[in-house]
Amino acid sequence: MSTPDDMHKQAFREEASELLSELENSLLELEENPENEDLIGRVFRAMHTIKGSGAMFGFDEISHFTHNVETVFDLVRSGEIPVTKDLIDLTLKARDQITTMMEAEMGGDPPDRELGEKIIAGFVALIPSNESKAQSGPAEKKPEPEKLEPRTYRVRFVPNRDIFKSGTNPVYLLDELKELGDCKVLASLKDIPVLSQFDPEACYTGWDVIITTDKDINDIKDVFIFVEDSCEVSVKVIDDPVLMESPSKYKKIGEILVERGDIKPETLQTVLEEQKPIGEMLVSKGLVTKDRVESALEEQKTVKEIRSKRQTDDSASTVRVPAERLDKLVNLVGELVIVQARLSQTSSVKNEPILSSIAEEIEHLTRELQDSTLSIRMLPIGSTFSRFKRLVRDLSAELGKDIEMTTDGADTELDKTVIDKLNDPMVHLIRNSIDHGIEPPDVRKAVGKPDKGTVHLSAAHSGANVLITIKDDGAGLNPRSIKLKAIERGLISPDADLPEKELFGLIFQAGFSTAEKVTSVSGRGVGMDVVRKCIDSLQGSIDINSKEGEGTIITLKLPLTLAIIEGLLVNIGDESYVLPLSAVEECVELSKKEVDAAHGRHIINIRGEIVPYIRLRDLFRIKGERKALEQIVIARINGERIGFVVDSVIGQHQTVIKNLGVVYRKAKGLSGATILGDGSVALILDIQQIVDMARDKEVTTVA
Amino acid sequence: MAATTSETRQYLTFTLGEELFAVEITKVREVLDYTKITKVPQTPEFMLGVINLRGNVVPVVDMRLKFGLSQNDRTVNTCIVIMEISMENEMTVLGALVDAVQEVFELESGQIEPPPKIGTWLKTEFMLGMGKRDDQFIIILDIDKVFSYTELAAIAAIGS
Repeated sequence: MSTPDDMHKQAFREEASELLSELENSLLELEENPENEDLIGRVFRAMHTIKGSGAMFGFDEISHFTHNVETVFDLVRSGEIPVTKDLIDLTLKARDQITTMMEAEMGGDPPDRELGEKIIAGFVALIPSNESKAQSGPAEKKPEPEKLEPRTYRVRFVPNRDIFKSGTNPVYLLDELKELGDCKVLASLKDIPVLSQFDPEACYTGWDVIITTDKDINDIKDVFIFVEDSCEVSVKVIDDPVLMESPSKYKKIGEILVERGDIKPETLQTVLEEQKPIGEMLVSKGLVTKDRVESALEEQKTVKEIRSKRQTDDSASTVRVPAERLDKLVNLVGELVIVQARLSQTSSVKNEPILSSIAEEIEHLTRELQDSTLSIRMLPIGSTFSRFKRLVRDLSAELGKDIEMTTDGADTELDKTVIDKLNDPMVHLIRNSIDHGIEPPDVRKAVGKPDKGTVHLSAAHSGANVLITIKDDGAGLNPRSIKLKAIERGLISPDADLPEKELFGLIFQAGFSTAEKVTSVSGRGVGMDVVRKCIDSLQGSIDINSKEGEGTIITLKLPLTLAIIEGLLVNIGDESYVLPLSAVEECVELSKKEVDAAHGRHIINIRGEIVPYIRLRDLFRIKGERKALEQIVIARINGERIGFVVDSVIGQHQTVIKNLGVVYRKAKGLSGATILGDGSVALILDIQQIVDMARDKEVTTVA
Repeated sequence: MAATTSETRQYLTFTLGEELFAVEITKVREVLDYTKITKVPQTPEFMLGVINLRGNVVPVVDMRLKFGLSQNDRTVNTCIVIMEISMENEMTVLGALVDAVQEVFELESGQIEPPPKIGTWLKTEFMLGMGKRDDQFIIILDIDKVFSYTELAAIAAIGS
């Protein structure tokens, strides 16, 4: 990226890849609503921009290729070519071709030219009476129906007194108006007579509506098209971004006089205080009614708000920053958090008021800096979701199944690093749902399900975690066939009686696949164990729920961020350990008496509830004597409460997660390390894994 | 080790007990005094744990235990040699706890003899060759091999 040319190319690439993914989404949406002009316009614009900027930066091949697609979509836009499935297929292919062409320009594999020509030929064939169009070409196409900048209008609507007699309800008209944009409706009630003279069948009310919309003035007038003749309707532009710059607002007369030295500021002030607001003055003179003034004030307020909002909108633009720079920033903040911890510790030892107050202030600032830095890296998961739409579409077509993908919670935010790593496991899980889960249409019909299968993706926050669920309405998992397979593979003994949940967990073992036949999509048994590993590496967990014949729900629980977590610092022997605070529910004491009372069983009675516990000192084979009074940290893991016995609980700790590196990749029960205020290293415990380890151990000792 | 050109390289020497070892200086990043090492549970004895190296977590290996010698008491000379090792085609930083660091010296490639097949207690594959200085033999270590991941992993599996 040294020459400016390279930089431009890079910029084009970034822009184009964004456009291409938007294009894909629009196409997929268009397939569902082929009549939607807005979507057709979006496809056209994306193609148009790719073509234009491609030519500008010297990507002539891309530009040329895109030209044909653009031509076809111009015709689609003018209604000469209908949107068909074939067209969408072809355009999706064209989109992929553009992607490969772009990668080729950036040094990737060269694109398949033959395929490209085939696609072009497909598009050319779609253009009716080719020669007549050839002369005019897309260069002369009519200007796009560009979206207008939002403008603000004042609508005064005073219905005819007899309006009810014609069966018109003015409220419906106002509702219709509301659909066009942001409305402020003020009723004028001045004409309502006293009750004795009131005719219930007459309409006495008039309305002033301040509406901000991107629609044309004619669209607003159209609302009143049937009552226009009998009612008083006036529509006027009161704020327009184009006109806004006009310097109509000059200094007030008082200000000018003060500036010239003709009057003193104090004099002006006293005179001004005597003066009442103009509205009040007019009302008191009986020139105008109070509600009219209020309506006018509302108009003034709305316009002011809109103007200031527009200004902030302009300034709240985005900045494109390479991800590495953000990562570096996050690392630096991590270092800062460590140093801040040292400072806090030192100040608490020194007990000096000035130092403590500085340390406290730094702590606040660091926390704020940390939050906002991490929030920069947060991205909505929607972009990942929409990528799967294409996957579902292609796969279901390949397998001859009719599958629809629905999503919710697409705006749930997750750390970019988590999102990046989430793609592969999600692909595996969705593929599994489509291939093994959802049945072919005829089978579905036979069991009385709708022909169309659904895969539902959803994301939601849950404390410091994000829950992502993949739900299908397919055949579900078959516990018996899983069991048979597991016995065949020697994963469990034939007489083992595992609960359903544990059986389902077996599908994450390496080499496990219950699919009868291997397809190009899945069934090779690689994948699910990769999914497990991947989610483990993200400090997440997987939960499977399945009902035979009804479908499968897979829930991924992931941490919001991998950089800094809230931890609970504990001591065992000479070493400190950190438990993720998000899972911790409470800490209780464990006295020797209670241990003796349990007769060797590792359970404790907490307010009548039996909670099993794991003695970390034993599990980790830490040397030294147990303390007489230990502490149990109670955590909730997959809905179960489990205690972890430690020597003492020190307190909350902002934990900057450090990788343990390749050497300790095999170390179990740990998810990383962190650096404490005194500069020493504390290990971060992976409590989920510890529970698994303890279970394994129990199984082996019992057997 | 064909000595067609007498290429000169620099080596850092350290001791483990009586024995003198050398590693190529390009592999060494720095030498630290002994500091507190945090033990990682359920790992082999020779893997001492991790230290904080200016905000990075770096694993430390006890070279004596690694080579099958008995553990020594820490002395003022005990130090940690921080090295850059390629492990599974990945560069990683690792500390080696040694009895004492001696010096940096130059050795021409002609002066290095191939490792003897028999007669040493150390695995031949860990050695690049043998050098000599003032009548004392120096074992030149192939440090990447010493810390090769497969070896650590295999032992890790036994340890747990």
